[in-house]
Amino acid sequence: MPRLTVTKTPKPYVGGAFIRSESGRVFPVHDARGAFFAHVPQCSRKDLRNAVEVAAKAGPGWARRTAYNRGQILYRLGEMLEARRAEMIDTLARFGAARAAATREVDAATDRLVHYAGWADKYEQVLGNVNPVASPHFNFTVTEPMGVVGVIAPDAPALLGLISLVAPVIVSGNTVIVLASEKTPYPAVLLGEMLATSDLPGGVVNLLTGFRRELLPTFATHAHLRAISAAASADERQALRLGAAESVKRVRFTELASPADWLGAGGQSVHAIRDFVEFKTIWHPVGA
Amino acid sequence: MVVNAQPAALRRLIDEVGNVDQVGVEERVAKYATRSIKKTAKVWGLRTAVSMVDLTTLEGKDTPGKVASLCAKARRPHDTGDIPAVAAVCVYPSMVRHARRALGEGSGVRIASVATAFPSGQAPLRTRLAEVRAAVEEGADEIDMVINRGAFLAGELGRVQDEISAVVEACGPAALKVILEVSELEAYDSIRAASFLALRVIREGDFIKTSTGKTGLNATLGNNQVMLEAIRDHYLATGVAAGMKPAGGIRTAKQALQFLIAVKETLGDAWLDNTRYRFGASALLNDLVRQLEKERTGAYQAPFYFSEAAESY
Repeated sequence: MPRLTVTKTPKPYVGGAFIRSESGRVFPVHDARGAFFAHVPQCSRKDLRNAVEVAAKAGPGWARRTAYNRGQILYRLGEMLEARRAEMIDTLARFGAARAAATREVDAATDRLVHYAGWADKYEQVLGNVNPVASPHFNFTVTEPMGVVGVIAPDAPALLGLISLVAPVIVSGNTVIVLASEKTPYPAVLLGEMLATSDLPGGVVNLLTGFRRELLPTFATHAHLRAISAAASADERQALRLGAAESVKRVRFTELASPADWLGAGGQSVHAIRDFVEFKTIWHPVGA
Repeated sequence: MVVNAQPAALRRLIDEVGNVDQVGVEERVAKYATRSIKKTAKVWGLRTAVSMVDLTTLEGKDTPGKVASLCAKARRPHDTGDIPAVAAVCVYPSMVRHARRALGEGSGVRIASVATAFPSGQAPLRTRLAEVRAAVEEGADEIDMVINRGAFLAGELGRVQDEISAVVEACGPAALKVILEVSELEAYDSIRAASFLALRVIREGDFIKTSTGKTGLNATLGNNQVMLEAIRDHYLATGVAAGMKPAGGIRTAKQALQFLIAVKETLGDAWLDNTRYRFGASALLNDLVRQLEKERTGAYQAPFYFSEAAESY
């Protein structure tokens, strides 16, 4: 007798749990050969609102951890990705990447996590400063995380693009709500399973699957989101800027000409960390 | 709780006023969460809920300054939009005169004071009555008293009722709210019995109230429903309309709307008014205002735009 097929219900990772959309909606996802793969939750603006609430709750605890510990946890996420490397490569290949390209993408994603894990206890030395002042004071500039940040991941590369935008934001103690690739949402769902086993506290990274056209306006106008990091088309960039203006939200766009550009050094930089911290300058009298 | 453990007097009262079908109540209130309240109805509900809030601070660290800022917020919950003032501020007796000074006369915001050795009620009756009179003299418009739960559970129902009557008398013109402290009554049957005990001696315009907010379990839709039904049954029998105040644990606008649905579907529109229904809460007001602002502007709001949300994240 043939076995019954056991299919997996893809559920995005939000607030340390795997959720369905509150709306109950799903959309079909097909693999590269056009075969039906699964129904993926079509998250609504209320899912985004709920995710922001849990991210805000998780934030202070995450920001209070030592930089060293945040680095360890990012590295641990890299370990989890490495351990399920073959599965992730198979997944990317199933959704259209050539096997060699899929391998390069997964390895680059792991390396990118390790790269930013290394920055965790070093960016402060680079971005912060002791400023020269003409009075008997020490004058320090130090960084603080901004809070809850929205990330709009590119459609391709689905995994590397997402990780390249998320890692530099969370390394400084921010929490994120990510809109995963609309065309290829499944790698983000799979990544959620790795996040769940990576020591990252629930609520620090929240992944939503759904439609860009539906969710982008809410990302832009939600006043609790302090900043947005996006890979977006020209029209989307304008809509994001306009929506973000009301709450004076910082918006950073990553503009790379082709998916292959994410692989190289252009996809990672301490400037990506800098764009999601606030600078605080402190005057302290020099002791006698 | 084993039924046999109830004292005979309590059991007789429960037989008299009727049992509560626990499963039925819980199934009924679960339905309230499924009602879809949108747009204008939602805004109406949120505004009504704001006007029903007893903005509360009951902490050992309360200061005149903190009470003054609470009063300012009670009169004007937010600096934009046309959001109504709340129903009352609720403070300890020693803070009543500071609240009176901060509010002045004619602000429309009433001053409620907990009295009778809140929250335990474990003080001699003489002392408790003196506290009530003192609070009224200092300018309290409403008194929130706690019942003697120890006596209630021991079956000394006459004593509990006499004490409530004594406090009614001590209140004079001030309205009374009788706190049953439902978490210590242990069963819906006892909550219904205690509600009737209070309802039979209080006046039109007085309230029964769920809890002090000082214990683990506070107002839930379930015990709110049991008390609303007691008020309805008492009203139908006697024509005396008592008010209701759930307190503690109602922190979100969504919860508040569910409580209002319970009121509308159990007691009707006449109770959708702050002379007959109140929310005892402190954090709730911020969320109500936040949701009203969301409806006004169309954008989800951050909690740090509203007062007293100290977390900057």
